[in-house]
Amino acid sequence: MMVASNVPQIQFDGVSKSYGAGRAVLEAIDLKILKGEFVSLIGPSGCGKSTVLKLIAGLTPPSAGTIQVDGMTPEHARETMSFIFQDATLLPWRTVTDNVGLGLELEHIVSKRRAEKVASLLELVGLGQVADAYPRELSGGMKMRASIARALATNPRLLLMDEPFAALDEMTRDRLNEELLRLRAEQHWTAVFVTHSVAEAVFLSTRVVVLAPNPGRIHAVVPVDLPFPRTAKLRECPEFEGLVAGASHVLRQVLAP
Amino acid sequence: MRQRLITVANALAVFLALLVVWQLILWVFHVPRYMLPSPWAVARAVGERFPSLLTSTAITAEESLGGLLASIVVGVIAALIFAQSRWVRKMLYPYTILLQTVPIVAIAPLILMWVGAGIGAVALIAFIISLAPIIANTTQGLISVDENLVHLFLMHNASSAQKLFKLRLPHAVPSLFVGIRIASGISVIGAITGELYAGSSQVGVGGLGYSILYASSQLQTDYLFALVLAATVLGFSFFFVVMFWEWYFLHRWHESVRTPETE
Repeated sequence: MMVASNVPQIQFDGVSKSYGAGRAVLEAIDLKILKGEFVSLIGPSGCGKSTVLKLIAGLTPPSAGTIQVDGMTPEHARETMSFIFQDATLLPWRTVTDNVGLGLELEHIVSKRRAEKVASLLELVGLGQVADAYPRELSGGMKMRASIARALATNPRLLLMDEPFAALDEMTRDRLNEELLRLRAEQHWTAVFVTHSVAEAVFLSTRVVVLAPNPGRIHAVVPVDLPFPRTAKLRECPEFEGLVAGASHVLRQVLAP
Repeated sequence: MRQRLITVANALAVFLALLVVWQLILWVFHVPRYMLPSPWAVARAVGERFPSLLTSTAITAEESLGGLLASIVVGVIAALIFAQSRWVRKMLYPYTILLQTVPIVAIAPLILMWVGAGIGAVALIAFIISLAPIIANTTQGLISVDENLVHLFLMHNASSAQKLFKLRLPHAVPSLFVGIRIASGISVIGAITGELYAGSSQVGVGGLGYSILYASSQLQTDYLFALVLAATVLGFSFFFVVMFWEWYFLHRWHESVRTPETE
């Protein structure tokens, strides 16, 4: 089991974000995420969950406040992060192998080392059999596995995930959740995970951050003190169900104040 | 396989029926030969004058192919410039519309006057008429890349060259082929239009457009039909060559060229 250290990996100090002259998407966010944590962001549509991820990745600048990742600006810390998007966002003209190797290729890793790394990752996510297939030949779950493998290829210390399993059926989603935790136990990255599903957030996280909308702000933080490793069986135990019920209750406060 | 044979047989049946109707019209209405030759006369004209038919077709093919290839090169370069910014697009867009709407029949004589009649001038006309669909479609392909893919490249600090060659250009290939498919058909029309005005340095010998004009002035209606037939075959073969390359480059990954399932 991995313990979160006291070193902050991500630090938001009074961060606000508004697009143009419009209403604020996020207002006065203070948030500290420690190395080794798995933090889920949950909340109704329009509460700025995805914007938090984009701010961490430096894909959009904050309107006010400061963001530090690994003690650096988001842009400078980018090479320590990987982003997993809601749809698998694979390049359709590349095979699975070439898609998974994309990040390494863009960072000029020589092809031999790249090939070894990609092959071992494909085995890890169970795509060894379809290494030469094109994305259109894969199921939704397989595409997402390829997307996860691509994100892990650059050995990230921080993994940002924007509702990665939202489009998958429940069984596939549960299985990928379990695999994600297995990979995390081996590779020790910090994770920030956006989702709509309370059960998914509780199952994966060490902390669940509940956001409220208009403007987006932190409503509550629910710690999840369930031990790792977590397996499928956890979903049936009363502590898990209690935490899901508790988090759902907090979320309902946000939806109907 | 059997399905395919039936499709071919159906197409052949329609063709034969057309020939029969054609012949019946000649018999029933006593149409004079110089107005409408019999199918048989057309076939004989094709046979007897095959070498000159072939020469004319080759000249037109050369001109339209030259114009088409040039329009692909120039069109892709123009699209790359257009894709740079919304501002550039807004500034230049009216001119691509102009390129598309200018009646080629009206400017062909001008171009011939400026450049001097010849294969080059006709190829230039084919080039002008083919350019707009290549630019429009390629630009669309270059700028319609999914935002998350752009973000993905940003996350890896990709250079502009990497973004262009590994993301935007491959993404634009299917749209480029849509443009080439449209341009391939109209490049032949452009060349023939140009030839109608260009004349020929050698009396009776020239591209299809010139020969069509010559044959009609001589009332050689059977040969005129043979020339129209040749022009159609030429347009078709351009289309099929483009289709083949499109299939060759895209069939492994792109949905649009997925082999259709047999009914």
